Amino acid sequence: MKPIAAVNDFVVKFANVNGSGSASANELFAKAILRMGVPVSPRNIFPSNIQGLPTWYEVRVSEEGWVGRRGGVDLLVAMNPQTWDSDLKELETGGYLFYDNSKPLPRSKFRDDIIVIGIPLTELCNATYDDPRQRQLFKNIIYIGALSILLEIDEDAIAQLIAEQYKGKEKLLTPNLNALKMGRDYAREHLMHPLGIKVRRSNNVGDKIFVDGNSAAALGCVYGGATVCAWYPITPSSSLAEAFQRYCGKYRVDPDTGENRYAIVQAEDEIAAVGVVVGAGWNGARAFTATSGPGVSLMTEFLGLAYFAEIPITIINVQRGGPSTGMPTRTQQADLLACAYASHGDTKHILLFPEDPYECFEHAAAALDLADRLQTPVFVMTDLDIGMNQRLSAPFKWDASRTYDRGKVMTHDMLDAGKDFGRYLDVDGDGIPFRTYPGTHPTKGGYFTRGTTKNARATYSEAGPDYLYNMQRLLQKFDSAKRLVPQPILRKAAKPARCGVIYYGSTSPAMAEAIGELDHLGLYVDTLRVQAFPFSDAVTDFIADHEEVFVVEQNRDGQLRTLIVNELGIDPARVVPVLHYDGTPITARFITHEIAEIMHAMHVDTLKPGKVA
Amino acid sequence: MTYLIKPKLHHPGLPANARGFTRRDYEGKISTLCAGCGHDSISAAIIQACWEMDIEPHRVAKLSGIGCSSKTPDYFLGNSHGFNTVHGRMPSVLTGANLANRSLLYLGVSGDGDSASIGLGQFAHLMRRGVNMVYMLENNGVYGLTKGQFSATADKGSASKKGLANADSPIDTVSLALLMGATFVARSFSGDKGQLVPIIKAAIGHTGAAFIDVVSPCVAFNNHSGSTKSYDYVRAHNEAVNRVDFIQSQDEITADYAPGASVDVPQHDGTVIRLRKAHPEYDPTDKVAAMNYIQQHQALGEVVTGLLYLDSDASDLHRNLNTVQAPLNSLTERELCPGPAMLDKINASLR
Repeated sequence: MKPIAAVNDFVVKFANVNGSGSASANELFAKAILRMGVPVSPRNIFPSNIQGLPTWYEVRVSEEGWVGRRGGVDLLVAMNPQTWDSDLKELETGGYLFYDNSKPLPRSKFRDDIIVIGIPLTELCNATYDDPRQRQLFKNIIYIGALSILLEIDEDAIAQLIAEQYKGKEKLLTPNLNALKMGRDYAREHLMHPLGIKVRRSNNVGDKIFVDGNSAAALGCVYGGATVCAWYPITPSSSLAEAFQRYCGKYRVDPDTGENRYAIVQAEDEIAAVGVVVGAGWNGARAFTATSGPGVSLMTEFLGLAYFAEIPITIINVQRGGPSTGMPTRTQQADLLACAYASHGDTKHILLFPEDPYECFEHAAAALDLADRLQTPVFVMTDLDIGMNQRLSAPFKWDASRTYDRGKVMTHDMLDAGKDFGRYLDVDGDGIPFRTYPGTHPTKGGYFTRGTTKNARATYSEAGPDYLYNMQRLLQKFDSAKRLVPQPILRKAAKPARCGVIYYGSTSPAMAEAIGELDHLGLYVDTLRVQAFPFSDAVTDFIADHEEVFVVEQNRDGQLRTLIVNELGIDPARVVPVLHYDGTPITARFITHEIAEIMHAMHVDTLKPGKVA
Repeated sequence: MTYLIKPKLHHPGLPANARGFTRRDYEGKISTLCAGCGHDSISAAIIQACWEMDIEPHRVAKLSGIGCSSKTPDYFLGNSHGFNTVHGRMPSVLTGANLANRSLLYLGVSGDGDSASIGLGQFAHLMRRGVNMVYMLENNGVYGLTKGQFSATADKGSASKKGLANADSPIDTVSLALLMGATFVARSFSGDKGQLVPIIKAAIGHTGAAFIDVVSPCVAFNNHSGSTKSYDYVRAHNEAVNRVDFIQSQDEITADYAPGASVDVPQHDGTVIRLRKAHPEYDPTDKVAAMNYIQQHQALGEVVTGLLYLDSDASDLHRNLNTVQAPLNSLTERELCPGPAMLDKINASLR
């Protein structure tokens, strides 16, 4: 058995018990490597529970900057006896097992093809600390200290992070630094070091930021001008509303009066949450809610109202595993159909698919503009993988000259000037009517909003032609949306390709890596990253330009593929589903394997020189 | 009569209020409800109250849920923006609308199906939050629009038009509103405009969640003997604890009452609510006693009406959230967007 040897390219998995304070120590580990200029991407894998159940933190270290989940584990930090057996199975041959050897374990509990590193963490803690909570918390810091010796992580990088964390709380600073030192000293004296895997200072992080998608989306809502947020706590979206609250507290308080330029309501349920957002949107404030699949199910009646009455609202759906309560703490892209066609009757909604925290920021702000422009619900379809994990991404950008697109709002002056107002009248041929904010004018522009059928001037009407006028206009509006939403991104393969791949959202990092792996295998594919529904014509063109198109997504039923087949009239045989939906984030290994297998079966090989396709 | 367009013409001698509006300026489309429906009387009372208070119609937002009562906002204040939302959810939509623009007057109209069944949760939570609004519950104990099923406010033992007895306990929306923290709670009767109009005016003057339960008989499905929401039953059992005078400015206080017969309750905005006591022992500022009184008298089959509870020092959602005075929907990029320089700082903190 040969120990794994790698510099700046390995996966560490921490197996912990939740509620033990491991999360912040593990984050410290990831950030210290980042500070050494080496890209990392950590993922929390946690249960729907507060204390006592297994939780994992997986850190991928990648000099090349791959941030997708790789699959496999090179170093296991096994701190949870409950999951010992299954954790050990995941370890690659030649991998490293780091564990607490305070209590002896039978030989049968180990594997022969791995390197075992024992450290008496409990003993060290019990000898140093009296308080049980301290014993638990500092145990985490001690193992970080020991790992820093084994992997050659800079002591200064960790110490500085601890100093930043406990700035102004010096009482806590020194004991943490002591615990770190204790771990380092023990490892230096008692353990073989460094391991075959190690970290070497590099310069590959650049100006990237390290942030979770939920915080990014919340900040996008602040920058995008959202003033009303109503929400109901649900994993994995709760931290989004909480981040909005935090950012608003910093950036949205009137400096003179101390009064808030925002209103946040934690509603009694998702129905009320979206109801508040509908009311605020109707009344001209930018409003959003953050939720997940079960919340969307509850919101559907209101979504139909907002669609038919044409009220701008933004819904950020941080998707989790469904159906029903499903896998509340696991990731999926399985709400596309539920959101695209939410509510009874003929409805269609706009969906945006951010790929990372940078785009969570961008799309959240864009959604607020689009909702106002198109006067309709706009979904930002993020997911747990992006939302709740810190990810390296491009720094946020905001153009100083950027203004909010408030859409077609008829003002008091326009009404006074005699401009004709019909709430549901298509005056520009784009299907988008003008609206007035309530209270605008004493005699003009008032109207009655309802979910029932009406004519172009908002008067109740069950007449067929009036109904058809509005339903056709809504289709026209949806068509207009195609040109306003973020457009698909095409990447051509290095060589002419007969196959294409369509993907979206959190699949991006794994896909980016898979493209390289497929290239190595001589399997060239063009790719199209879809950023929104409705689809622009580029999607139709892409499918037409390729013999076979794979649609890679993280759900069972191929939901984006269904939308493509349904909305673009594509022959289902032309789009091949590649589906990953066990609740873990999709990996490059999975995509490469699936696509390679099908392409080999199709005999799609690289064109040999002198041969004709 | 729905095919008739209401004529714009009116008598030239109709009196105008301080804003120059006549009562006709506060009307809406012609009602499509049944002739004699209590709800139409309530619409008329709203029109009267708004006219008397010189309210600019376009500064009112009227929201409702679904049902006969929820149709009525189309029949008053035709120049106001209205929103007929979804069943039982008017409270949340109104809450959002109110957050977006605090400078309008919010009038929520609902029914007993809308508020006591499907929307019981939203009703309760709106009261808890103290949304600044007038909440009118047009209570007839029956589902009119679906032809006569019992609603959740129908009294136990009362009979449907088809003669079935209701076996379920009734929900008393007044008691519930009190429990949930409403700061203005009244009950009135659509057949007593003299009582209802001043109550509506006082509710409009109140800052906070003002709830008015108006017993409003359904002439089509719940006006028979055996019903406890019929005109006859309510007239026979109406137990008014007080009569309200809503006084908009101090110098208008002229009438004198015998000592102890009336009490003046000054409001935040300088208005005064004068309560002429019908039951001398009833104190509408004592919440616990009010709840006690209402329960005791309802147990006797009485319909207790009047201004039942008033907290004249109430707070409201905006004050609780410490929002700016300017309507949130009027804020611009300058007030809302922290800008690129701040974003650079945020980026730096994330490295």
